[in-house]
Amino acid sequence: MLKRSSYIIVCLVALLTLIVLNLPSHAGARVKAGLGSLFLPLLGLAGSAQHLAGATLDRVVPRRELLRQNEALRRENQELRFENMEARTLARENAQLRQLLGWQARQPLKIKLAGVVLRDPSNWWRSIQIDLGSRDGMSTNLAVLSPQGALVGRISSVGLTRSQVLLLGDPNCRVAALVENESRETGVIGASGPTGSRFVEIGFLSKSADLKPGQLVRTSGLGGIFPKDILIGQVVDTQPIEYGFGAVARVKLAANLNALEEVWVVVQQ
Amino acid sequence: MSWVNTVLILGAAFLAVFWEAAFSGLRRLLGAQLDLLPPLMVYAGLCAGLPTITLLAVWGGLCLDSLSASPLGISIAPLFVAGLAVYSSRELVLRDQTLAQVVLGLAAGAGVPLLTLLLLLTTGHKPLLGWGTLWQLAVTSAGSALITPLCFILFDWLRRSLEHAPAPESSFRADREIHRGTGVT
Repeated sequence: MLKRSSYIIVCLVALLTLIVLNLPSHAGARVKAGLGSLFLPLLGLAGSAQHLAGATLDRVVPRRELLRQNEALRRENQELRFENMEARTLARENAQLRQLLGWQARQPLKIKLAGVVLRDPSNWWRSIQIDLGSRDGMSTNLAVLSPQGALVGRISSVGLTRSQVLLLGDPNCRVAALVENESRETGVIGASGPTGSRFVEIGFLSKSADLKPGQLVRTSGLGGIFPKDILIGQVVDTQPIEYGFGAVARVKLAANLNALEEVWVVVQQ
Repeated sequence: MSWVNTVLILGAAFLAVFWEAAFSGLRRLLGAQLDLLPPLMVYAGLCAGLPTITLLAVWGGLCLDSLSASPLGISIAPLFVAGLAVYSSRELVLRDQTLAQVVLGLAAGAGVPLLTLLLLLTTGHKPLLGWGTLWQLAVTSAGSALITPLCFILFDWLRRSLEHAPAPESSFRADREIHRGTGVT
C-alpha cells in the first residue's frame, strides 16, 4: 500500500495531465513552442559537431578525389545552366500561348529554403521540424517540397524560430492527388503503415480505375492547400477494396523522407 | 544528496529526448526509434523517491510531446504509471541484479508506448498503426531492456563521482568496549 502523500501526488499528476490535455489549441501550441525552444542550444551544439566532423573528413579526402568531384560538379553545373536556359525559353513560349488563348498567366511558386533540424521522436507520427518560423514568414498549411521539387508535406504548427511539418504518410496529412493516366483518376493520398516511409496509399479511386505501375501521381490542386501539378510519386500496384466499392493503390514517394536535410517551403502560390 | 540524483535524472531525460529527435540512424536501420525515457523511469522507480518520479514523468513527458506531433501532455500519464508501478514494488525487486533491471526495462519499454497509444485513441487522435506497430513495440521493448542496466551503471558512477564518499565503517563497538577496573560491559 502507498502512503497518503503518494495518493495526493497521483491525484495531482492526473489533474495536471487533464489540464494540459484540455488546453486550447493555441495555448498548447505556445507551450509546445516554448518548451521546444529549450532545445535550441543543443541544436547549435549538434550543428557545430556535425560541421566539425565534416571539416575533419574533408581534410583527409585525397586531392585526386577532390579534383574528380570538382570536375563532376562543373559538368553538372553546365548541364543545369543549359536546362535552365531551355526552361526559360519554354516558359516564355508558354506565357505567349496562354496570352493567345486568353488563359490566366501561371504564377511561379515563391519558395524559401529551410533546414531540417529535428524529427518526431514518436513512432506513430511522421513529422519534422524546420529552422524557419513565424519571424521568417511561415504560417500553417504551407506546402513543403524536397530539394528536387517533390511534395514532402505541409506545415502544421509554427513557432517563432521553428515550424513543424507533417510529412506524407502521416494520418493528418492528406493530399488530393491525380494520376497521370488516360482517365486522369483523382484520389486522396493517405498513410499506408507505420513502417515503410517510402510508400503511401492513394484511396477513394473508382473501382474501374485503370492504374498501371509507373504512372506518375501529382497534386490535383483541389483543397486549396497544395499547389497543382507537384510530383508526389509513382504507382506501384493496385488492389480493390472490400466488396468492390473502389480501389486503392500503393504509391512510391518521389522524395526520400528519411534523408531530408533541406526542404523548400512554398510561401506564395 | 538526493537532489543531485534528481537533477542528474532530469538532465538525462532532457538529453534523451533531444537524442531521440536529432539522431535517426537507428530508426533507418531498425524501422523504429528507441525511447530512452522508460529505462530512465525504471531507474528512478528503483533508486529515487516519488517526487523524482513525478518530476521525471512531467518533465520528460512535456519535453517529448513538445518535439512531437502528439498532443501536449499525452506522455505524462504512461511514464508516471510505469514509475509508480516500479516504485510500489521496489521492496520486492533485487535492484542490483541485471536480470531484474532487464526485465523491468522490457516491461516499461512495452507498457509505456502501449499506454500512450491507448490514450491517443481514447482522446480521438488517429496515430499511425498497423502490423508494423508490433515490430516497433518489439524494438522499443528490446532497446529499453538493454539500456536499463546501462542507466544503473552510468548513474551509479555519476553519483559516486559527485556525492561525498560514505564514511568507512570502523570495527569499534560500544557494547564491547573494555572499561578498566570494571571488565566487559
